[in-house]
Amino acid sequence: MQSPQGLNGKVIAVTPWLAPIVWEGTFDSFLIDSIYQQQNITIATTVFALGKYTTFLKAFLESAEQNYFVGFRVHYYLFTDHPEQVPAVKLGEGRQLTVLKVASSNRWQEITLRRMEKLEKLIESRLVNEADYVFSLDVDTKFYGRWGAESLGRLIGVIHPGYYQTSRKRFPYERRPESQAYIPAAEGDYYYGGAVIGGFVKDVYKVAKTCREQLDIDAAKSIEAAWQEESHLNKYFLYNKPSKVLSPEYLWQDFKPNTNEVKIIRFSQVIKNYAAVRPNP
Amino acid sequence: MSLRQNFLIILVFFGMVLSGLIYLNSNQTRCNQQIIEQVFIEPKWKLKNFGLRSSPGIFYNQPSALVGRTDVASVTSWLAPIIWEGTFDATLIDIIYKQQNLTIATTVFALGKYTRFLKEFLESAEQHYFVGFRVHYYLFTDLPEEVPEVKMGENHSLTVRKVPSLNRWQDISMGRMEILEKLTENELANEADYIFCLDVDTKFYGRWGVETLGHLVGVIHPWFFDAPRDRLTYERRPESQAYIPAGEGDYYYTGAAFGGSLEDVHHLTKTCREQMSVDAANSIEAIWHEESHLNKYFLYNKPSKLLSPEYLWRDINAGAAQIKIIRFSHVAKNNAEVRPNP
Repeated sequence: MQSPQGLNGKVIAVTPWLAPIVWEGTFDSFLIDSIYQQQNITIATTVFALGKYTTFLKAFLESAEQNYFVGFRVHYYLFTDHPEQVPAVKLGEGRQLTVLKVASSNRWQEITLRRMEKLEKLIESRLVNEADYVFSLDVDTKFYGRWGAESLGRLIGVIHPGYYQTSRKRFPYERRPESQAYIPAAEGDYYYGGAVIGGFVKDVYKVAKTCREQLDIDAAKSIEAAWQEESHLNKYFLYNKPSKVLSPEYLWQDFKPNTNEVKIIRFSQVIKNYAAVRPNP
Repeated sequence: MSLRQNFLIILVFFGMVLSGLIYLNSNQTRCNQQIIEQVFIEPKWKLKNFGLRSSPGIFYNQPSALVGRTDVASVTSWLAPIIWEGTFDATLIDIIYKQQNLTIATTVFALGKYTRFLKEFLESAEQHYFVGFRVHYYLFTDLPEEVPEVKMGENHSLTVRKVPSLNRWQDISMGRMEILEKLTENELANEADYIFCLDVDTKFYGRWGVETLGHLVGVIHPWFFDAPRDRLTYERRPESQAYIPAGEGDYYYTGAAFGGSLEDVHHLTKTCREQMSVDAANSIEAIWHEESHLNKYFLYNKPSKLLSPEYLWRDINAGAAQIKIIRFSHVAKNNAEVRPNP
């Protein structure tokens, strides 16, 4: 009955509402793969690459093909305003990619906010018939290690790598009561990263729809939450708790040094020159 | 007419009658089949999408990814939570599950002298078991007149069902699977969301609440939570349907407590009942009876949640380092005295 070790430090493998927290050492990859292989599932994966963000696509897709749900049926849905810039990346067996053209925007905040709406519509129109699970991932990232069936569940959030040791009153939640994303100082479980949302198609639909509605209410009042849709996501996950939480192994930041607890980096945001890639400061 | 013509006429007549009978018979069979198909109703278990909703204004300690109980494993290698004191927040979990308007069915069997355990079982359950939630006990007994009067808390109710007496305690124990199979198939399908099946020679001493709910829930046997897999008392004879080879096995689960959703428990009890019938036809009885078959089932149909031995302990008077609270435990009994056979 030994407790799971992040190889050295001990980590907590379950939330107070009994959702597993997924760390290296808590699961058996072979066993978990064999359980899910029997279920003949399709995992939809959405990614947004607008404007200069198409430069991240090659590394994202190539590293995904090496590490992300290897051996499972994966369907990437790539939203871009520059379809001609989508690189040709060889996909493994059972995997496919669909490019969806969207309108350009001159504000990166606007691009990030519109993702929820696009996700909502994609699920309505296609994913309900085409996939069992859906993950929505940021594109300015790369896979460095296994991301597999251990990440599957009804509703999945990932703990933001910058805040897994922070007191809840210092989480960068939206703190203005005027915003729909408002969370008071005495509340909060974890600070979840907006770069990863996942789960059953139906459950991710509810996240996307609710966040989109809240974003629209805020927009009508000319208020933009501190971290855009990440703020709204955190509000959603506080009152609709994830059934499984991924440790920061599943969302790291390249510029951060490794820590005692995070022994393996699986997925990480690459170092980027904001001025070079964003359409506006 | 010649004799030959007569014979031919009779033959043709006979042939017509025969054809007629065959035709009518096949019509009848088709009718019967249609009737059977119309009457057989697919059991429809209530399937709610159970979100984990909470609301503003609920206060509890901040969860931590690094600080908490680290002396025990809180998750299996297939990522099913293992429930120990200190791994969950009772206030938070109660609030989440209250929103779901659940009914928890609970079965208990008290045949022959086992009725003597009922009073303490039920009274202690009313103190600790799913307090504040809707519970429906189904009490199976061959002696309904021996069922004690126990005051039920709000939203708790009890139904007594008479079952035939049996001469062998092993048969009583194993026979539960078939009764549970039928109960979960027909009756409970629209009445309960979850079901737990508990032994009666037991008592509650601490909280047993919604932290235990899940699709398929097994309880780690209190004598084996520390043992290596080759010392687990699985059925080891390949001739039995409960056979588990050396080198395989996750945990040793107790037969005294298991539960889950109606559909999952139905599948479990049906499979165990079927496997026990095959064994009986081959004149073999698994070493620990239905518990052996349960362990086989859980090996290849992994539980979605495990309860630590806090949830089924050996003896209230003897603890263990990892057991911070004894919630439910066997009570002392004199086997020779209560069992109908040795």
